Amino acid sequence: MIVVGTICSVLLAITGLLCIVRIVRGPTMLDRTVAADVFVAASAGAIGVEAAVGRHGTTLSILVVLSLVGFLGSVSIARFAAPDTDRSSHDEPTDPEEDA
Amino acid sequence: MIDVIAGALLIGGAAMAAIAAIGIVRFPDVLSRMHAATKPQTVGLLMILAGLGLRLQDLSAITVLFLIAVFQLLTAPVSAHMVGRAAFRTGFAKRDQLTVCELETDDDAA
Repeated sequence: MIVVGTICSVLLAITGLLCIVRIVRGPTMLDRTVAADVFVAASAGAIGVEAAVGRHGTTLSILVVLSLVGFLGSVSIARFAAPDTDRSSHDEPTDPEEDA
Repeated sequence: MIDVIAGALLIGGAAMAAIAAIGIVRFPDVLSRMHAATKPQTVGLLMILAGLGLRLQDLSAITVLFLIAVFQLLTAPVSAHMVGRAAFRTGFAKRDQLTVCELETDDDAA
């Protein structure tokens, strides 16, 4: 089980790092929302792997909270997403009038 | 034997998360990144929860795991729908990459 825990830790660490790369690079707020969603899912997976390796169920309530908080975060950001709120989108043309 | 299955499920779930993260970094726009993001949110987490349930083998713990799985399966499509709709409505989705755009003539419905 130690081997399984190590492999899963490495994979989930790669996931977290790549999600942080996307959160930093953007370019839009919704990209960051999606990446943060995956980051929350990876955190839930990491807590689950830790509980499975240690064979204990004390952190299961954290998993319930994480699965609900990730939902609330992305829904509230998507609800208030507006065009041109993000000025850092220089590298990809995302002007609404151009695309429409 | 059960530990082997549990370990395979855990590694599978973590691999799903890693594959999705590669997609998040390499795909070009919001909608295709959302396609990658669904893997750890549903299948990956479900595999990890199944492996955890096989490891714990405790009825109360499995009840909580079932609850987590139901929450995740209920909330992931709703948040994905709202993010996708917001991406389309604010023009962040690249429309030239869409094969079929059923909302093109009806932007108010998007």
